Amino acid sequence: MAAFYSFFVVLALVVLAWAGAGEAGWKGLFGIYIPYLALLVFLFGFLSKILNWAKTPVPFCIPTTGGQQKSLPWIKNNPWDNPYNTSGTVIRMALEVLTFRSLFRNTSVQLQQDGPKVGYNSAKWLWLFALMFHYSFLLILLRHLRLFTNPVPMPILKLEFFDSILQIGVPVLYQSDMIFVVAILFLFLRRVFDGKVNYISIMSDYFPLFLILAIALSGMWMRYIAKVDVIAVKELTMGLVTLHPVIPKDPIDISFYVHIFLVSVLFMYFPFSKLMHMGGVFLSPTRNMPNFSRRQMWVNPWNDPAIKPHSYAAYEDDFREKMIEAGLPVDKKA
Amino acid sequence: MYQAKYIIPGLIVFAALVLFPFVFNAGSAPFEVKLELPKNASECIEAKEVMRARHMQILDEWRDKVVRQGVHVYENSKGQKFDISLTNTCMECHTDKAKFCDRCHTPVGVSPYCWDCHNLSPKQAGPIPPVSQEAGGH
Repeated sequence: MAAFYSFFVVLALVVLAWAGAGEAGWKGLFGIYIPYLALLVFLFGFLSKILNWAKTPVPFCIPTTGGQQKSLPWIKNNPWDNPYNTSGTVIRMALEVLTFRSLFRNTSVQLQQDGPKVGYNSAKWLWLFALMFHYSFLLILLRHLRLFTNPVPMPILKLEFFDSILQIGVPVLYQSDMIFVVAILFLFLRRVFDGKVNYISIMSDYFPLFLILAIALSGMWMRYIAKVDVIAVKELTMGLVTLHPVIPKDPIDISFYVHIFLVSVLFMYFPFSKLMHMGGVFLSPTRNMPNFSRRQMWVNPWNDPAIKPHSYAAYEDDFREKMIEAGLPVDKKA
Repeated sequence: MYQAKYIIPGLIVFAALVLFPFVFNAGSAPFEVKLELPKNASECIEAKEVMRARHMQILDEWRDKVVRQGVHVYENSKGQKFDISLTNTCMECHTDKAKFCDRCHTPVGVSPYCWDCHNLSPKQAGPIPPVSQEAGGH
């Protein structure tokens, strides 16, 4: 049901923008005011969410068992999976953020056919499609800077060139568009057909998937089918980023207003949703702290400083005679 | 707040990335495209709106017609006939690509590969100089 509700919510958003910017003619609302509002909500929502998380006390470092901890010199330590210092932790975080190492470790549990034996198989599909999804999304986001910068910087042009290097059709097909849609569909179908994932999926899982899929499809519709007037689009987007917003005189196809409205909704929804893993991944307590719980001196911060440490040697000094009298072993005799 | 020495710089970098387009374009003139329209003709092979949306498709179809099917004549929606040729038909009127084609293509980062082969126009003495490599090669 959650999937259907999410689908209809996204459909309603599409219809809203279609009717609002088309029939009702509220082009200023959908082309200027909502995008500005979305940017403000996104930026301040994101910052306040992270600052709120940063106010939560940091837990004691969590030793995860992804690799052998550093211990005795003759036991080989795994410095990336179980780091003991800052540089190892930086590498572990970089591998997590850039290559999704946790997803790489994903396994599937199966009961063997020939008896009640449990088998664990490697399951790399989620990792693979998650990588495809996130990197093509990043590429698409960066490529859009051609509409938000003038002149277009060289690196953006290079991205544009390599992303359309196969020169398929006109306007040339971007490979990232194809990969992106395939990856979203995989992530969606996984939620539908994997019973265990399906059972725990709720609307906030399906809604972003449908929303992002609708953004991708409306963008591709604009480019490959409706062939919107990209100069008029850039007049509008450049108006936004130079703070002199205008609705261009040349008409822009309605699909553009649908696209920009869905993107605005995504930006506004972002800080309040699971999509905040973008910022939250950097605060993962099992990833961003070295495992040195037994290598460092830890002092309880609320100890009374007036109470000094009292070693065993000092204790023995205090009670030596009584201990010898009672027949207890002592380190120093006299 | 905990770990502020990492989180605050991280958030500053994030905000800077989000606001990059605003900073990059600060104080720049409004974006507009001015084309140099041909003086010897007032109408293109199809209506302005059609050309605006579909010129790349028309050229792509022309390429296939000439190169793969050997068809050299294009009949437009009004029944007028044109020689299928970028160099001789299009550039007969739009003589200088730098003053027409590139005026739109360059600002939106589009770099069509027409010019890989078609680098001469009839009224031009020499090859069209490789106009600003800003368009990312081709």
